Amino acid sequence: MIRLKVNGVERSFDDDPTMPLLWYLRDELALTGTKFGCGISLCGACTVHLNGKAIRSCVTQMRQLENAEVTTIEGISAKGPHPVQRAWMQLNVPQCGYCQSGQIMSAVALLSTNRGPSDQEIDEAMSGNICRCGTYQRIRAAIKAAAEASREHD
Amino acid sequence: MSTIKHRVNAIENVSRRGFLKGVLSAGALVLSVHLLPREARAAAAPISMGTTQADRATLHPSAFVGVDSDGTVYIVAHRSEMGTGIRTSLPLVVADELDADWKLVKVEQAIGDWRYGGQDTDGSHSIRDFFEVMRQAGGTARLMLIEAAAAQWKVAPGACETGLHEVIHHPTGRKLGYGALAAAASKLPVPRKEALRLKTKGQWRYIGKGHPSYDLAAMCTGKAVYGMDARMDGMVYAAVMHPPVLGGKVKSYDDKETLKVKGVRQVVAIEPFKPPAAFQPLGGLAVIADNTWAAFQGHKKLAVVWDNGPNAVYNSAQYKQELFETVRAPGKVARSAGDVDAEFKKSGRVIEAEYYIPHLAHAPMEPPVAVAEYRDGKVTAWTCTQNPQAVQDIVAEQLKISRDNVICHVTLLGGGFGRKSKPDYVAEAAVLSKKTGRPVKVVWSREDDIKFGYYHTVSAMYMKAALDTNGKPTAWLQRSVFPPIGSTFKVGDRYGSADDLSLGWTDIPYDIANLRVENGPAQAYVRIGWLRSVANIYHAFAIQSFSDELAHAAGRDPVDYLLELIGPPRIVDLKATEYSNYGASATAYPIDTGRLCRVIQMAAEKADWGKRKAGHGAGMGIAVHRSFLTYVATVVEVEIDNHGKLTIPHVHTAVDAGLISNPEFARAQFEGAAVFGTSLARSGEITATNGAIDQSNFHDYPVARMPEAPRRTDVHLVDSDAPPAGIGEPGVPPFAPALCSAVFAATGKRVRELPLSKSGIT
Repeated sequence: MIRLKVNGVERSFDDDPTMPLLWYLRDELALTGTKFGCGISLCGACTVHLNGKAIRSCVTQMRQLENAEVTTIEGISAKGPHPVQRAWMQLNVPQCGYCQSGQIMSAVALLSTNRGPSDQEIDEAMSGNICRCGTYQRIRAAIKAAAEASREHD
Repeated sequence: MSTIKHRVNAIENVSRRGFLKGVLSAGALVLSVHLLPREARAAAAPISMGTTQADRATLHPSAFVGVDSDGTVYIVAHRSEMGTGIRTSLPLVVADELDADWKLVKVEQAIGDWRYGGQDTDGSHSIRDFFEVMRQAGGTARLMLIEAAAAQWKVAPGACETGLHEVIHHPTGRKLGYGALAAAASKLPVPRKEALRLKTKGQWRYIGKGHPSYDLAAMCTGKAVYGMDARMDGMVYAAVMHPPVLGGKVKSYDDKETLKVKGVRQVVAIEPFKPPAAFQPLGGLAVIADNTWAAFQGHKKLAVVWDNGPNAVYNSAQYKQELFETVRAPGKVARSAGDVDAEFKKSGRVIEAEYYIPHLAHAPMEPPVAVAEYRDGKVTAWTCTQNPQAVQDIVAEQLKISRDNVICHVTLLGGGFGRKSKPDYVAEAAVLSKKTGRPVKVVWSREDDIKFGYYHTVSAMYMKAALDTNGKPTAWLQRSVFPPIGSTFKVGDRYGSADDLSLGWTDIPYDIANLRVENGPAQAYVRIGWLRSVANIYHAFAIQSFSDELAHAAGRDPVDYLLELIGPPRIVDLKATEYSNYGASATAYPIDTGRLCRVIQMAAEKADWGKRKAGHGAGMGIAVHRSFLTYVATVVEVEIDNHGKLTIPHVHTAVDAGLISNPEFARAQFEGAAVFGTSLARSGEITATNGAIDQSNFHDYPVARMPEAPRRTDVHLVDSDAPPAGIGEPGVPPFAPALCSAVFAATGKRVRELPLSKSGIT
């Protein structure tokens, strides 16, 4: 039995301990905002936060998550849109939208440790997240807009 | 060959017929727009659906709009949303002509149903084909609401106008909201099309303004529902082990280890398909489990011995050599003017070049996925499909039921790019549901997606030109070979169809007296399918790269030279050629070289073409191409360091797509097309060894990530009142040749074969 918190809610898991977090979230908890894209940590569609850090849930096994705090896209927008989500909407970032949960989770994690990332820092933080529609320039602009908005908020 | 000659719209009041049951309250005004004849492009497209054109030519509702008594307006989106914004764009057109408040509009996604007309969301023709239809749908509802208000006020309808979501009688200042008028309006006869009072361009609220997506907030908060997110009560999950070689069959298998996996229920066989493959399941073995992970694990542990069949002879390296041999020999003539051979025999400068593009995979971020339930002779499916009607047809065919007994609900699509026009994966779910007696969710892994696609074809092009003393071509020969899409639908199909060749090959718009366009034969060993912009990718690559080569051979500036190749403003006459013009009439959508030249000049000017010196690892390239009736010129700027490391600082794309319904979505599509073009040009390559695909995931089939993508793409839209043309695809074809010409400008290295990684540019 593995106990963990998902979006602040206590959960217990008693299935195959090698099951990746992704499938627990999607198939068991029906938290489908976290997406499946590659299954081997190459595309970032499954990005969630583990104790505040961005991780790929498709390769994070449940047995690693005893007492962990997991936050998904549903968890960051529970109390209205996060500033990063607001920036995403202002700039009309999504096309198909499928990868955007993962993109937003990576961007939120980046901005939590770096409040004014440079282009190169954005590249580094976001290069694990593929967008096949090609929304990268809007993602970059949205990250900068969100950073600026949060600095103005101070 | 097919063109849409004419189309008659009829609008019928269907309030009492129970459409949209459960969505609208009784007494609501519901209009269905009928469209006929069925657009003829379906007849030309090689689709085997088991029905005749006549079946599809009967009246089909193409859209519904309903006004409820509480004022809510329901607009049905009958096209699939895969990122182009079409689910927003077309309903916005209805809302505009209805003068509806967008905040009071609910967009409903249509199920697959032939009454809508064709629903296959491909070929960049949704706006083109349905813009006027949607205007009339909105305009009809608006007029009926006006008439209902006029009757109530006992005034002439002509004295009434609409404001936002209300009818106004200006002389007395009276107003009535749409909700209050809906019931009365529903009792009125439907006005004739000629009686409609459609808005003028200046009166539009939404069209041309750039409204955000209806699904924007849902997409940014994880609430949007894709095929991957669909669930049905009691469903089980399936991972299918497909034959590694197309047409392969299971010889024997051992599922002992599979059945030991916790959560795995059973292993079920799916029969091999009968060629041609078309949209049939590939066959193989399905692992049925309680969750996706268990199904994947069980799949991994399945031991299968395959009979690979005849396609195991396919080896890409050898096949490439065969393609080049074929392309060097005379082929079938698709278009001819003057006497090319005589001109080549004269003394003068002759230049030849050969180009090559390998297979590509679509790799949408959401792999193919479908949920289906078979019960009592009926199937209900939920899936990410570009073509719900093809789902109905293939499921009906596979389960031997009527297509009316197949309900296909369409979710959002996590990318499509043409892959999700082919519903083999939905058929798998339906077949497995019948076999297991439960709803089944088939989830393709990324490996399945890459290894079992409908690949963009592999192509070789041979180009030859004779230049006069000024460097201008006096003769031009171009020949392509590629296993055609038709082979997926007809065994042994080896030549490009007239439709394939109409995608940027027979319609070469150059002003050259002696010109010949040819195509040679090529055998297919994998399923070939259409991928975003289809044959335009390799056709534009060859023509535009060769144009750049000739410009340099002639010592001319590539922009000036390109303008000269195209020549004076005129309509290119293709009456003597079998040319499909994307199913559109040549009168409404001619090939207008003036528009082509205008986008070249616009892109060059915006990019400051010629203002900076090329070389030393920096340079610009340009390409122009008309596809899907849209004129696009792209200037790509590159930087390449001494290690061959490529960056793309800036792209300028100039676009003339006629009237643009939603400029915000249009810009996004051309920004995205630059990235899609980057992916295929830099690293796109699918190969086969002994018939099996070599690549499997994003490590060996890389697509552009943020650092590889253009740093900035500026999209310049020509303000035009010409009829609307395509948006989703036409940005792709000019990108790769512009990029490769930029590489030449920067380094002096001519790249004639994609991907660039093969030439040491990474």
